Amino acid sequence: MQVFLKIWRQAGPSDAGKLVDYSLDNISEEMSFLDMLDTLNDMLTRKGEMPVEFDHDCREGICGQCGVMINGRAHGPLKNTTTCQLHMRSFKNGDTIYIEPFRASSFPIKRDLKVDRSAFDKIIQSGGFITERTGQAPEANDIPIPFETAEEAFDAAACIGCGACVAVCKNSSAALFTAAKITHLALLPQGKYESQKRVLNMVNTMDEQGFGHCSNTEACEAECPQQISVLHIARMNYEFNKALVLKK
Amino acid sequence: MHANTLVHKLWMAFTGLFLCFFLVIHLLGNLQLLLPAERAQLQFNAYSHLLSGNILIKIISYVLYASIILHVVYALIITLQNRAANDKGYAKDNRGQVSKWYSRNMGVLGTIILIFLVIHFRDYWYVYKFGHLPLDSNGDKDLYTLVVSSFQEGWYVCLYVLCMWALGFHLLHGFYSATRTLGVYHPKYVRWLKQFGWLYTGCITLGFTLIPIYVYFVNH
Amino acid sequence: MALDPKIPQGELDKKWSHYKATAKLVNPANRRKLDIIVIGAGLAGSSAAASLAEQGYHIKCFCFHDTPRRAHSVAAQGGVNACKNYHNDGDNIFRMFYDTLKGGDFRAREANVYRLAECSANLIDQAVAQGVPFAREYGGYLANRSFGGVQVSRTFYARGQTGQQLLLGAYQALMRQVAAEQVQMFTRHEMLDVVLIDGKAKGVIVRNMDTGEIERHGAHAVILATGGFGKIYYLSTLAMACNGSAIWRAYKKGAYMGNPSWTQIHPTSLPQSGENQSKLTLMSESLRNDGRIWVPKAANDNRTANSIPEGERDYYLERKYPAFGNLAPRDIASRAAKERIDAGYGVGPTHNAVYLDFSKALAEQGEKKITAKYGNLFRMYEKITGINAYKEPMRISPAAHFSMGGLWVDYELMTTIPGLFALGEANFADHGANRLGANSLLQACVDGYFVAPITVPNYLAGEIRAAKVDINDEAFAIAEKNVRQQIDTLLAIKGTQPADHFHKQLGRILYDKCGLSRSAEGLQQAIAEIRDLRASFYIDLTIPGTGNEINSELEKALRVADYLEIGELMCIDALNRNESCGAHFREEYQTPDGEAMRDDAHYAYVSAWQYDGPGLPPILNKENLHFEFVQPTVRNYK
Repeated sequence: MQVFLKIWRQAGPSDAGKLVDYSLDNISEEMSFLDMLDTLNDMLTRKGEMPVEFDHDCREGICGQCGVMINGRAHGPLKNTTTCQLHMRSFKNGDTIYIEPFRASSFPIKRDLKVDRSAFDKIIQSGGFITERTGQAPEANDIPIPFETAEEAFDAAACIGCGACVAVCKNSSAALFTAAKITHLALLPQGKYESQKRVLNMVNTMDEQGFGHCSNTEACEAECPQQISVLHIARMNYEFNKALVLKK
Repeated sequence: MHANTLVHKLWMAFTGLFLCFFLVIHLLGNLQLLLPAERAQLQFNAYSHLLSGNILIKIISYVLYASIILHVVYALIITLQNRAANDKGYAKDNRGQVSKWYSRNMGVLGTIILIFLVIHFRDYWYVYKFGHLPLDSNGDKDLYTLVVSSFQEGWYVCLYVLCMWALGFHLLHGFYSATRTLGVYHPKYVRWLKQFGWLYTGCITLGFTLIPIYVYFVNH
Repeated sequence: MALDPKIPQGELDKKWSHYKATAKLVNPANRRKLDIIVIGAGLAGSSAAASLAEQGYHIKCFCFHDTPRRAHSVAAQGGVNACKNYHNDGDNIFRMFYDTLKGGDFRAREANVYRLAECSANLIDQAVAQGVPFAREYGGYLANRSFGGVQVSRTFYARGQTGQQLLLGAYQALMRQVAAEQVQMFTRHEMLDVVLIDGKAKGVIVRNMDTGEIERHGAHAVILATGGFGKIYYLSTLAMACNGSAIWRAYKKGAYMGNPSWTQIHPTSLPQSGENQSKLTLMSESLRNDGRIWVPKAANDNRTANSIPEGERDYYLERKYPAFGNLAPRDIASRAAKERIDAGYGVGPTHNAVYLDFSKALAEQGEKKITAKYGNLFRMYEKITGINAYKEPMRISPAAHFSMGGLWVDYELMTTIPGLFALGEANFADHGANRLGANSLLQACVDGYFVAPITVPNYLAGEIRAAKVDINDEAFAIAEKNVRQQIDTLLAIKGTQPADHFHKQLGRILYDKCGLSRSAEGLQQAIAEIRDLRASFYIDLTIPGTGNEINSELEKALRVADYLEIGELMCIDALNRNESCGAHFREEYQTPDGEAMRDDAHYAYVSAWQYDGPGLPPILNKENLHFEFVQPTVRNYK
C-alpha cells in the first residue's frame, strides 16, 4: 500500500522545526510501524539525505525507548500499545500519517522525533528507590507479602517509562509515571519506611522538572502500554496528603 | 513546604467540595419555589431573611465567598502552570479520543459558571442586599416576586438552563476528581463515589433546571 | 599458551568463601580517591556501579541509551534461577551447579559455575529487599516455576517481565547513588576505545551521541558490562542497538576473546515476515509446554495449516526425541527446526517457519485454561501477526538470542588486561556451550552485585598509591586520535549503501554458515565472504551528515565495522573446534542419528583468542577445563 507521511523534522534542540512530506509505496500490512520508518530512512540515506531520527530499541514493547505521536495519538491509534508494536495493518492504503515527537516542556526535542526524557530519571533519583545496600538484605521469605499486594505492586512497577502519559496529557503531567513508582514502593513492606519522604521529594521533583498538574482526564491510562491504572495517582495523592498531615 | 501542584489541587478540591455542599443547601432553598404561589412567596422570603440575619450563616457565607475566589484563583494558577508545561501543541491532535470532553474543558465550563455567577449575584444577591425590594405581607423583602418575574423571560430561562448544564458537566468531573485529589484510591470506594457523583450531579442539575422551567410554564 | 584462570585452591564449596576471606581490601579513606569506570548500565553494569558506589568508590557510569532503564536486560521474560529449595523438591547448590554445567555441555569452568549457584539465593534476597515484585503464593511466600533442562522448581519470576523488574531494581539502586553524587551518570555515551597506561586499563574514549564530542575519561579500573553481540546476525531477538563494539575494542587492545562463536539460537521466535524487518520477537519458551511443533509431511506444501489432515503432519520433535518431545532443549529444538525448513518443509508465505499448534491442548484442556496460562502471549502474537492462535497454529522460527562467548575472564572476572573487568553477557564465563533458561539474569546479577564488588577492590588495593589518572597522557591522545580517524574514514567513504545493507548480508552469512550448524567448508566460505563484504563496506558505505551531531547512521556504521571483524573471528573459532558441543554443532561431528558428538579428549578447553595486529590471524590460547568434581557425560534427550 501507499502512505503519505508528514514528519516533524528539526535539526537540533534550538532549531525551528517543520512538518515535511514524504510518500512511501510498497508498504506491506505485516510491516511494523518502525519497519516502515526504517524503509523511509533507507531511502533517504541512499539519497544522501539525513534520515529521520527516532527513538527505538527493543522493538518488543518493553524498553520504553520508542514513542511518537501518530495522527495525534501517543503511540498511534491503538490503545495500550507501544509504537514498536503498531503494525501497518492499522492504516489504509492512501492514508496520510502525521508523525510528531512527544511534546512537553519537560521533554525538549533533541532532533526530529527524538526527545530528552531525562526528567524521568531525575524524579526517580529524588526517591524512587528503597534505601538498601547490597548485602543488607534478609532472607527473602522472612517478610511475606500478600498475593494481592504483590500483584498490585507489580501492576504499578510494570511502567516502562516511555512518556506516553505525558505526551497524551493536556497538561503534560507526569503524575502517572511518578505515582506508579510511589505506589509500587509504598505497597511493599520494604518500601514503607521511607514512603513519607519519598512521596514529598518525588512530587516536588516532578514540579521542579516542569510537568503540569493531573486533571484526572484519564487519557494516560488509555494510552499507557502497560495499562497502569489512574487509581495509582489517587494512591499517590493519598500518600502525599498523609505525609503532609503527619510531617513533623 | 513550598506550595506545589498537589497542594494547589488540594485547595481546588476543598473549595470545590464546599461549593458542592453549598449547592445542596441552595437547591433545598430553591425547591420552595415549587410550592403553591402564595405559600411559596412567604416561605421563600422568610427563608431568605433567615439566611441574611444569622451570624453562623454569615460566617458560612464568607467561607462561600472565599471558596469561590480561591477556586477561581487556584484554577488560574494551575491553568497557567499547565500551559507552561505544555507550550507547544500538536499539528494533528487526536488526544481527545481517549478522554471525556468535559474533563478536558473544566476551565471553559468554570468560566461559563463564573459569568453566570456574576449575573446571578447582580440579579438577586445585589438587589436583595443593596437594592430596594418591596416587602411581603410578613414584612420580609420580596425576593420571591423578583425571582419569579425574572423567570417569565424565555431567553433568561434558556440561559439559566444552559448554565446549569455547564455546571452539571463541571460537577460530573469535578466531584470525583476532587475525591481523587483527596486520595480515595480503593477501587470499591472509588466506584461508590463515582456513582454517588453521578447521582449528586443528576439531582443538582435536574433540580436547578426544573425550577425555572416549572416557574416559566406555571406562569404562562 | 595456557591461561591461568586463578581459581582458588580447595574444595569446590569452599573456593568462593576462601577467596572472599582472603581478598585484599581498600580502606574507606582510600576508596574515595579511587575512580572506577563502568561501561554499560544494564543489569550487570547498574548493579556493579551501585554496589561499588555504596562502598565509597567514585563511579563514572556510561550507557548509550537515554536512561539506564532501557538496557536490553529489560526484555528477559521467563525468570531467574536460584536454589532456595522453597519447593522442598531436593534443590541445592550442587544440583544447580551440575544442571548448569551439564546444560552447558561441560564447557564451562567448575569453580565459576559453582559460585553462580552459590550466590543465587542471595540474589533473590537482594532483589526482594529492593522491591522487586516477584510472583507470590496466597500465603505471601515467593512462588517458583520450573524451566527447561532441570527437574526442580527454582525459577523466580515476575509475570513475563522478570528482566524488567530486576533491571528496575538495579536502576533504582544506581539512581540512588547518582543522587548521592557517588555515581556520575553519562547517558547517550558510547565507548569507542579502552586506554592502557603501562599495560593497565586506565580509561576510555567515549563519544557523546547527542553532540558528537569525543571525550576522555580516566579511572583506576574499567568494567565492561556491555551485554551480548547476538545482533551480529542482524535478525535476532536482541534490541536494535545491542552491539559488540566495546568488547571488540578491548580485544584489539589485548583482552582475549573466549569462545566467540557460541551463540544460542532460540527456537520460539516469530519468523521474519518481510525483507524490511529488522528484529525478531521472542515468544516465551513456556509455550512449548502445551504447543506441538510440526511441519507438513510434503515439502513445499502451500495449503493452510488447518486444511492439512492429521495424517499429513510431521511432529518431528516427538518423532525424533520421544522422551523430551516438544520440550527438547533449545539448541536441539532450534536445530531440528532449521533442518526441516532447509529441507523445504517450512511453512508460511516464505516457508521460513514451523507450526506451534495448540489445537490438541485446547481440545483437552479448554480455552479457559490455555488463556490463563498463555493469554498474554496469544494476545501479543495477535498484535504482531494479526493471527488468532486459538484458531490456527502459531508460526515460529529460530532466532539468534544469547552470546555464550565474550571476553575471556579469570575467576575474578578480570580480562587479560590488568584492571579491565568484564561482567554479565559481555564475558564468556558461566554458561559453557549452551545457556539454560533463566540463567542469564542470574549471571548478570551475581557478577554485578556479588562478584565484582569483591574482586574489583582486590585489584584496586594495589592501586591506592596510583595518582589520579591524567587524561592528558599520551596514551589517551593516541587512542582519541585513532577514534577520530576511524570516524573520519567512515564518513569519507561516501559510497552508495547504508550500514544496514552490510549488516543484513553479514547476518545472512553467519546465520547460514556459523549459526545452528556449521561445517569446515561452510566456515571457510564464510570467512572469505566476510572478508569480501568488509572490503566492500569500506568502499561502498554511505553515511549522511557529520560526526558532530546526532547521527544514527554513523552509530550503526561504527558497530557494523566491528561486527564485520567479530564475524570473522567467530568463524575462525568455530572452524578450530572440531567437535560438536551445545550450541556449537559441526556437521562433521555427529552421531549416525544426527546428535552432537563432543570430543573431551581434544577440546575440553576454552578458546581464548588474542589479537595480533591488523590483518594478522588471531593467536589461539587455551584454558584447559579441569573437571575435578564432576564427570562429563553425554547429553541425551532421546
